[in-house]
Parts: sequence; C-alpha cells; structure tokens
Amino acid sequence: MNAPQLTPHAVGLQVRGLRKRFGAHEVLRGVELEINPGEVFVLMGPSGSGKSVLLRHLIGLEKPDDGEIRINGEPLDSDGIMSRYRMAMVFQSGALLNSLTVGENIGLYLSEHRLKPPAEIARIVAEKLEVVGLKGIERKMPNELSGGMKKRAAIARALVIDPQLILYDEPTSELDPLSAVVIGEEILKLKERVHVTSLVVSHDRDLAFGVADRMAVINEGRIVAIGTPEEIKARPDPIIQRFLQADFKPNHRNHP
Amino acid sequence: MFQNIGEMVLLFWRTLLALPQTWRQRQKVFDQFFEIGNASLLMVCVLSFFIGGVLALQTGPVLVERGLAGAVGGLVGISMAKELAPVMMAILIAGRIGSAMAAEIGSMRVYQEIDALRTMNINPIHYLVLPRVVAIALALPMLVVFAILVGWLGGALVSIANERIVVSFGAFFGNLREVVDAADVANGVFKSFCFALIVGVVSCHQGLVTIGGPRGIGRSVTKAVVNSIVLIVIFDYVLTSILLR
Ligand SMILES: Nc1ncnc2c1ncn2[C@@H]1O[C@H](COP(=O)(O)OP(=O)(O)O)[C@@H](O)[C@H]1O
Ligand SMILES: [Mg+2]
Repeated sequence: MNAPQLTPHAVGLQVRGLRKRFGAHEVLRGVELEINPGEVFVLMGPSGSGKSVLLRHLIGLEKPDDGEIRINGEPLDSDGIMSRYRMAMVFQSGALLNSLTVGENIGLYLSEHRLKPPAEIARIVAEKLEVVGLKGIERKMPNELSGGMKKRAAIARALVIDPQLILYDEPTSELDPLSAVVIGEEILKLKERVHVTSLVVSHDRDLAFGVADRMAVINEGRIVAIGTPEEIKARPDPIIQRFLQADFKPNHRNHP
Repeated sequence: MFQNIGEMVLLFWRTLLALPQTWRQRQKVFDQFFEIGNASLLMVCVLSFFIGGVLALQTGPVLVERGLAGAVGGLVGISMAKELAPVMMAILIAGRIGSAMAAEIGSMRVYQEIDALRTMNINPIHYLVLPRVVAIALALPMLVVFAILVGWLGGALVSIANERIVVSFGAFFGNLREVVDAADVANGVFKSFCFALIVGVVSCHQGLVTIGGPRGIGRSVTKAVVNSIVLIVIFDYVLTSILLR
C-alpha cells in the first residue's frame, strides 16, 4: 500500500441515460449519476428499486440496454479498462468462494495474478483482516462465518485490490450496530488515506448520513434526488421524506 | 436439449484458447485430477470387472456349444477395449464427476462467486473450466486403460470358473492377444478422450448457465448428466464409424 506505483489516483464515474430491462420488467429507466473523484457517495432507495443492478453495471457485470457509463471519461466497455483501473465490489452476500479458506479468498486477487510472493500475500491478508476486525481467521472456511463476518471478509478482499473505486452493496445490512460503525469508519479512513472513491448502497440511515459527501435516492429505476446530505434532508419530495423518516412505531395501531 | 450446442462449442473453443494457461493452473489441474481418480477408481474397478465377466458369461456358452471355445478371449477382449470400457466409463464419469462439476460451478454461479471472480478480473474459464476439462481429459483415458485390463481379467476369471465355458487362462489370453492389438486399445482410449471432453464441457457449461437458486443447481446437474450421456452415445456411433474406415 505504501509502494509509490500503487498510490491510486482517484477516479470519477459518469452514468448517462442508463437503461436495463429483464424480460418485461424495466429495472433501470434512464439513470443519470455523476460521482466525483475521491468522494463517498451513498445511494439509497427501497428494495427492488434497482440498486444492485446499477452496481453490477458499474463494475461491468451487466451490459446496459442503453446509455453509457464512463470512468474518468473513458467508456466502461473500452478494451482493457478493467486492468487499467482497479475497482472492487463488496457483494451483498459477501460472495466469498466457498471452496477456499478465508485467507485464500482474501489473497485470491494477488495470488491469481501473481502480483506478490506467497509470504507477502500472507502478510497483506493478515493486515487486511485486522483492518476489518477479523484478526487471525485466515484458516477458517467461509461457511464457518456469520453473515456479518462474511461481509467484513469480503471488504478485506476488496481492500487487497487496493482499489481506486469501491462499490459496497449494503455493507452493514447484516452487521450488529457496533460492527456497522466500524465499517463506516473504515469507509471514511479509506477515503482519507488512499483517496479512494466509494459508492455505498445502503438502507442504513445512520451509516448514510455518517459517511456521505453526497447522496442520491433511487426509486423505480430513476434517480429522484441527488445532493449533499443536508440538501437531501431538506427536500420536500414525499417519496424521499417517507423513506428518510420511516420509523417503527409500535403504538400507532393502538392510538389511531 | 440441443439449443445450447452453439454455446457449448463456444465454451470448448474458449477453453482451447485458454490452453496456454494450463501450466499456470497446474495446481488446480492436479487437484481435479486426483479428485477424479479418488472418486471413481473403485467404481471403475468394480464396474469393468463385472462388465468383462458378464460379456464372457453371455457369449462363452454360445461359442463353446458351437466349438468356438478358442474365440472367447478375443471376443471379450475386443468388445471391452473398443466399446464397452470407453462408453461405460464415460457414462460412469458423467454421473460421478460431471454432476459434481455442474453442481460446484452452478452453486458458484448462483451465489455470485463467479461474479466476484469477474470483478477481480479473474477469467472463470481459466480459473474453473480449464483445469476441470484438462483434468478429466487426462484422467478418463487412464481410467479406461485400467478398465480394459480389469475387464479382461473379469472375463478370464468367468471363463475359467463357469462350468459351461471352462477355457483356461492361457487359452483366453492367447486368443485375446491374437485378436486384439495395440491399435484397438488406442482406438478405445481415443474415444474416451473425446468423451472426456464432452463430459467436461457439457458439465461446466451447465454449471455456468445455472439460474434460479438451489433448484436451478439441481436442474443443471440433471441436464449435465443426461446431455453428456446422450452426446456420448451419439459421438460413439460417429467416432466408431469414422475409425472403422
Ligand atoms: N438477473 C435478473 N433477471 C431478472 N430480473 C432481475 C435480475 N436482477 C435483478 N432483477 C430484478 O430487478 C429488480 C431490482 O433488483 P435489485 O437491483 O436487486 O434491487 P435492490 O434495489 O433491492 O438492490 C428486482 O425486481 C429484481 O427482481
Ligand atoms: Mg440489492
């Protein structure tokens, strides 16, 4: 991480008119989004609004039906772009390879691309595990971990890539509040230390308002609001306000 | 079932293009190779012993009644080498190994592990398909050589022991060596190499196209095995008619 050639320059992301349909269901209906280099951008929205599908497009796992995605102005589908920019995604489920140990999972990028000798990889893996609070679990298998531990291991695996852009799909959705705070702090630390650009999809309002430089709300495949957290909070739009203020109020039913 | 043939041919082609990566992936090839051997050696042994035995049992008495006792060894020998060992072992491997490949890759697909590989810029064909196809293409021909030998032994033991046949060990293998030459064994081994490619490609392809959770994995496994067996039998006919020319 302190090797000078690895110092990442921040990348920005531009999304224009992105559309995607699965069968009869149009999931993304013209998404417009601009993410600035080095910022933490939070995307919120109800379940099924297309957040995960959008992330999958941004890392090249899905091909858009229409519209374009650019990284620092370069189209995402241009040749070799995936090897020129280091991007990582933390999947909602973690998506650790079940046949490998946690340590092998985290070191996979380095070992498969022969980027470091094994001893060095082991050191980096241990370091990243410590960062996410999972020190010493290298030898465990993914199915021995809880949902939250898997997610943190997945974050460690993303950090190993030393990414310029990290996409987090609901990074705190299965974590206890304490671990959620740790993840939020880690997102902020990464921003300051290596100037990484982060896109965080989350329902977790504490996390969202705690880490966001800017945020957007997506609903039914369209961005309905975008701005700083203060601007979003001040938006009168009922969709946004309902989403931001939804609270569990057990007494409502008794006192209509 | 044949709508996917084009995709499978494409996957096969991509796997061929990835062959230069084999050395890099050698550890995975070894792992898969030993897993195949481990999972199937005993079954190959039992199956081929009894296939050789039943061949002798069915043909021996008929031949002996007509005064052709001397032909038992050759008949068992050539059927085993050219047809039964390659086809039966390929079917066994489709059931035992092809199903496991489809299940493993299918679950990696469903649980987004393959997506995760792609985000790490790791090509799933290099990482998953190549080692499996190479390993099975190496392992099945070896298993078939072994199966041929065990099948012959099974045929010989039945010929000796069955009171309606009673051909000596020496006579059995004497005739076998007269009738079967190295080219016949090579013929069977070559066929098994082709069958191995079929099982490997069909199973990996089914794994990669799995959709829809655990039930999808089940469907993929079934399809992998059934499609492999159908293609093995069809290719067996095609290859045999080519090789007989
Ligand atoms: N591969 C796919 N095939 C068909 N439909 C899909 C696929 N992926 C996502 N969808 C649909 O797209 C919609 C948005 O999904 P998703 O982006 O996962 O929502 P969320 O915002 O909760 O992450 C859902 O209705 C989902 O069923
Ligand atoms: Mg989602």
